Amino acid sequence: MNILYRYANPREFMRLSGALLPFTAAAAVLAILAGLVMGFSVPPDYQQGMTVTIMFIHVPAAIVAEGTYALIAVLSLFSLVWRHPLSDVAARAAAPLGALFTALGLVTGSLWGRPMWGTYWVWDARLTSFLLLLFLYLGYMALWNAIEDEIRAARACAILALIGAVNLPIIVYSVEWWNTLHQGESIISGKLAPVFLWPLLVMMAGYGLLFLTLWMIRIRTEILNRRSRTLMLGGA
Amino acid sequence: MSFWQMGGYADYIWPAYGVSALGLLVAIVWTLKAYADAKARLKALEEKKP
Amino acid sequence: MSAFTALLSRDLRLAARSGGGAALALGFFALVATLVPLGIGADLNLLSRVAGGVLWVAALLAALLSLDRLFQGDFEDGSLDVIALSPLPLESVSLAKILAHWLSTGLPLTVLSPLLALLFNLPASATLVLFVSLLIGTPAVSAVGAIGASLTLSLRRGGLILPLIVLPLLTPAVIFGAGSVAAKMDGMAPSGGLALLAAFAVAACLLSPFAAAGAVRLNLTN
Repeated sequence: MNILYRYANPREFMRLSGALLPFTAAAAVLAILAGLVMGFSVPPDYQQGMTVTIMFIHVPAAIVAEGTYALIAVLSLFSLVWRHPLSDVAARAAAPLGALFTALGLVTGSLWGRPMWGTYWVWDARLTSFLLLLFLYLGYMALWNAIEDEIRAARACAILALIGAVNLPIIVYSVEWWNTLHQGESIISGKLAPVFLWPLLVMMAGYGLLFLTLWMIRIRTEILNRRSRTLMLGGA
Repeated sequence: MSFWQMGGYADYIWPAYGVSALGLLVAIVWTLKAYADAKARLKALEEKKP
Repeated sequence: MSAFTALLSRDLRLAARSGGGAALALGFFALVATLVPLGIGADLNLLSRVAGGVLWVAALLAALLSLDRLFQGDFEDGSLDVIALSPLPLESVSLAKILAHWLSTGLPLTVLSPLLALLFNLPASATLVLFVSLLIGTPAVSAVGAIGASLTLSLRRGGLILPLIVLPLLTPAVIFGAGSVAAKMDGMAPSGGLALLAAFAVAACLLSPFAAAGAVRLNLTN
């Protein structure tokens, strides 16, 4: 726990993030560029043709979206149980990013499914769970904005995020159950040939690094804003 | 078939990449601007009360 | 009379006094059940196929109507502070309120559902499944709803936030509940869906008093 509390100090976080940011930003740009080049160099897939290239921006977005929710859940736990000071800020900073990646996942997923199934929306189990994840994010952000008291808002959202996290596997399971009931189709199937795997991994790294970069900047922004607020209220 | 036609699937592939690029760009610009604004505001306040 | 029972009967009386208790929810339920056929056409074949889903969603929305007042009324006039100081733990208070909400909303909706199923030409066997699914599922709605209500109890205009928070969490209930009816209509056994719904409802009723109590404490102390 001590190592975590060392970085709980805003000053420490500013120092650490300041050191890391140039690297994560540069790495993100490089990875995404490399991923794009690799992605567009692949041969057409046997079943999907060149639409397989959409996978390279759909799956990374989806993974970041889901990972961010897990991250927020963990931060919420830290906030509620151990009262870790920066957890609230970090969770709040992550949420809009998570929502954005979820939206990107939905749009790309829809466009991926369209040439295969003929419609812009398919009630694929994965896309449907994804849509519900977007609603979970929106509810979380709405609750934070609605409650005026900052501490109350943070604690309430922490409870909500944890409830959501516990519920999410149940939701995903129920959607899959529902899907088999109505014999829905599935967008992603089976194994991935190596030629498709590498661009995917590189793009995943790129998206992850981009999230990390933007997230750290957002936390820094909030720390600076808090300092401003303290000064305005006449504090030291 | 040219690269841009993407084997006939251009109508889906390019919008997908376009929306993703747009979304990520907006996120980057928004994040950076908010950070710059926060920095400027703090600087102004720190200069007012030395 | 135990403190729990006292609180329960008080909440039931309050529900009956304001807005006629179940009447508002029942009216909403019936209205939606009337509007949907007006919207999608009178093809009885089609209606019987969508009945499970439509009636489940309508019942869910009707049950949500009175949720925002679950803790808010007591919070606003200070009663909640008094209740919190009483020897009855907040978890039991939450459970009492969930039970009161179900008795005054979820249960009446369940009882009305077979009548509305007639409007949709739902066969008797499927109607029975619908009834059972609502009987099992509406407690889950009250339980999960109570979590949303406790999180938003300090908001005066919390009106639309509560459904936004609560509805995604209740997706499994809708899926398993309406899915059971659909299974029956397709000639399959509804027991799978009903069992899953029951598991969900039990989990919700066991866990939500703790979450709701935590949220109430949060709003009372800060």
